[in-house]
Amino acid sequence: MDLVVDNALVRVRGSLPRDVACDPHALAGLELEPPVAGTIYGALLNFKDALAALGGAVTQPPYKAPPRAPVLYLKPRNTHSAHGAPIAVPRGIEALAMGGTLGVVIGRMACRVPERDALSFVAGYTVANDVSVPHDNYYRPSIRYKCLDGSCPLGPWVIARRHVANPDDLTLRVSVDGVERQRANTRDLVRPVAKLLADVTEFMTLRPGDVLLVGVAANAPLARAGQRVSVSVDGVGTLDNSLVAQ
Amino acid sequence: MRRARVAYGGAIHEAYPAGAGLRLADGRTVAERDVIWLCPFEPGTIVALGLNYADHAKELSFAAQEEPLVFLKGPGAVIGHRGQTRRPADATYMHYECELAVVIGTTARNVSRNDAMGVIAGYTVANDYAIRDYLENYYRPNLRVKNRDTCTVLGPWLVDAHDVPDPANLTLRTYVNGTKTQEGNTRDLVFDVAYLIEYLTGFMTLAAGDVILSGTPEGVCDVKPGDEVVTEIEGVGRLVNTIVGDDVFDRR
Repeated sequence: MDLVVDNALVRVRGSLPRDVACDPHALAGLELEPPVAGTIYGALLNFKDALAALGGAVTQPPYKAPPRAPVLYLKPRNTHSAHGAPIAVPRGIEALAMGGTLGVVIGRMACRVPERDALSFVAGYTVANDVSVPHDNYYRPSIRYKCLDGSCPLGPWVIARRHVANPDDLTLRVSVDGVERQRANTRDLVRPVAKLLADVTEFMTLRPGDVLLVGVAANAPLARAGQRVSVSVDGVGTLDNSLVAQ
Repeated sequence: MRRARVAYGGAIHEAYPAGAGLRLADGRTVAERDVIWLCPFEPGTIVALGLNYADHAKELSFAAQEEPLVFLKGPGAVIGHRGQTRRPADATYMHYECELAVVIGTTARNVSRNDAMGVIAGYTVANDYAIRDYLENYYRPNLRVKNRDTCTVLGPWLVDAHDVPDPANLTLRTYVNGTKTQEGNTRDLVFDVAYLIEYLTGFMTLAAGDVILSGTPEGVCDVKPGDEVVTEIEGVGRLVNTIVGDDVFDRR
């Protein structure tokens, strides 16, 4: 069932034992679903430090030139997962990269949106953990590394746009077992949210319920089976998951 | 059995071949030009293969690979039979790709190649356009090349798997304005359909409605606004598409 709770959309499996407010304690004991059901796209190398980490390699083979258009990828539906769901670590993989990021949830059909109006196409924001098998070569799409089952937890909720004053000034934190391992701020995006929406929708329409992940900062923390990971975005929410051996 | 999904009379219908026309599930018989053809199934995850015919890889100056080159596409790129595909005014090389599309029929995880054909619901024809001007070397082929609105054409029919007795021996042909420009056979796939299902389900769960576009053989060429592009696979279907320019989309 879908619930509009105060200022956020939450999707819960089964019936609801009690009222839910947008605080983590109220979610205890509830089995959440991903708060959105559309297509999830992500932007690669959209944090300045992530692009800078490639250094001079961007002008060398195989890349030959720095990226011009947004570099996009999909997190297909087998990856979609929720707050509280386990993240499975496949056999033979020692650790997974925790790609904490902001998810921009589309609210209305977004085709060729101008940058100045782009945020008006946004329904709200959510927290995402774009989990990957660590890899440092971006020449070919890394389906084997980016599309593991359950490797895109989202949530716990979608915060309505009006409650987020500026999506380009949000602090992101990734913690593993309660220890902060990464801190970033969306002011350091190569393409800020509105510019990213404009450049993406120039050639591909985003639909209501689709999500655009704005990017992962350099040095995404690694986590192993048995560890707990939290991704938080100030003013949006905190997404908690545990890693389990497959 | 083969089935289409069409819009007619203000609603979406399942439809079946009936002589030169279509029979809708509600009993009406209609002319095939009187319906709007949609993708014959609601696409879930769209998996596409690059460089999966040795001759096409050679045509694009690539050595054969050890692992399938797999990329994903979103449902927004998909249109049906007799649709229009946009060629941007600044493109200098936009080409079709005739491909056998394999539609998954059930939840599939860790499927061995021996069992792989059992998870297939059926087949349709894909015409998966690419605009090479936009190629960049990050997650190549990048979405700006391969995930454009109107650039993934699927249809006309979803043909049940048991009506395609040998999917590893199907001739693919493309005609541009009636002239044959591309011809190949699925026997020349570098990674065959059973292998692709084993490979993909080894790390991700596929579900009913997911589709694998298995790659295209050699013979791609530039197409221009006004061109009619017909991609055809024997025993599966004949998919018609028309290229249009930016003017149709009120782009200047």
